[in-house]
Amino acid sequence: MKPKNKITDNDIESVMGTLLITGVIISATLILIGGVYYLSQMGFSKPHYTTFNGEPSHLRSVKQIINGVIHFDSLSIIQFGILLLIATPISRVIFSVIGFLFEKDYLYVIISLIVLGIIAYSIFSGQ
Amino acid sequence: MTEIIFSLIILAGSFLAGLLGSLTGLGGGVVIIPMLTLLFGVDIHYAIGASLVSVIATSSGAAAAYVKEGISNIRIGMFLEIATTSGAVAGAMIAIYAPTHIIAVIFGFVLIFSAAISLKKKNEIVIQTDGGKIAKALKMNSSYPTAEGIVNYNVQHVPAGFFMMIVAGIISGLLGIGSGALKVIAMDHFMKLPFKVSTTTSNFMIGVTAAASAGIYLERGYINPGLAMPVVLGVIAGAFTGSKILVKADAKGLRILFAFVITFLAIQMIYNGLAGKI
Repeated sequence: MKPKNKITDNDIESVMGTLLITGVIISATLILIGGVYYLSQMGFSKPHYTTFNGEPSHLRSVKQIINGVIHFDSLSIIQFGILLLIATPISRVIFSVIGFLFEKDYLYVIISLIVLGIIAYSIFSGQ
Repeated sequence: MTEIIFSLIILAGSFLAGLLGSLTGLGGGVVIIPMLTLLFGVDIHYAIGASLVSVIATSSGAAAAYVKEGISNIRIGMFLEIATTSGAVAGAMIAIYAPTHIIAVIFGFVLIFSAAISLKKKNEIVIQTDGGKIAKALKMNSSYPTAEGIVNYNVQHVPAGFFMMIVAGIISGLLGIGSGALKVIAMDHFMKLPFKVSTTTSNFMIGVTAAASAGIYLERGYINPGLAMPVVLGVIAGAFTGSKILVKADAKGLRILFAFVITFLAIQMIYNGLAGKI
């Protein structure tokens, strides 16, 4: 770490920590709200997880999940929380790109962008 | 059994998994998948989906605490994430074609391996070396705070560590676990990082690795919200509790207990996989 740099690794790490914990708290809150609501509706029915049917399409795509949240569908709210949870580490990589850019560490800007590219590939190749 | 009772039991089990996973750096997934499939007869596809999401939660929850302590090394983490994320994408692709009983058997062997690794002696004392040329070029050498003050360390054998991380990524994408054991090997054993640095950096990387395959699992309908809900909430609470303990306590006794638990689970997974029950 060079003292002439205004932004150091420690600053990046501190903001990252806040980012991660915020993402987890928001996701967990959404999952909890959706979960309590779901159990209040379906709590006394029998669980059905022993056979795999694949989730219905409205719980698979981002657009459909958001649509379900708007209609206050309990499972869609949980699934939206899960989406945010998945987005949390991805946002950390995005933040790293910006952080390293401020640090003028272009080698690590490129490294972070490669990681981001691989994740983007995984998201879009599934469609 | 009603959905409420089922959810509460899964919640309690997941709390324990998250706690142990965070303390040992192995992640909650290694306990969650056997628990769901063996104990509750949940289909392994759903179990993998729920586990994968919980792995992201474990990593993010615990890493949030670690990064502020300044123990984890974000440069090493980011560089090796190139390997783990590409591996994870490949692993998720393989999972599409692999039969469930074969996944169960592979899972069992990875579990035994993880148990053995978690008992291995850790690099508590940093051996001062010059470090490798690649590590120097990639600015990986760093320092971390200990009770005796700031300790500097140098990094070695980056290519070997990188290769091991590709394997870790494939396992993670295929089985829906963090494969922290393989990550710790790559960093502890090959790259000669101090154990606290490798454990926390591994935890830090697991979330990004899991996110790389999670999108594919969601689109394929492997993530069931009703099941994932108690798993994720339990694991977050457990991992948070674990991260508070790790910085203070030495988790050696727990590691031994955890190794026994997962070895037992591994044998069950292999047996049930071979018998075609999973």
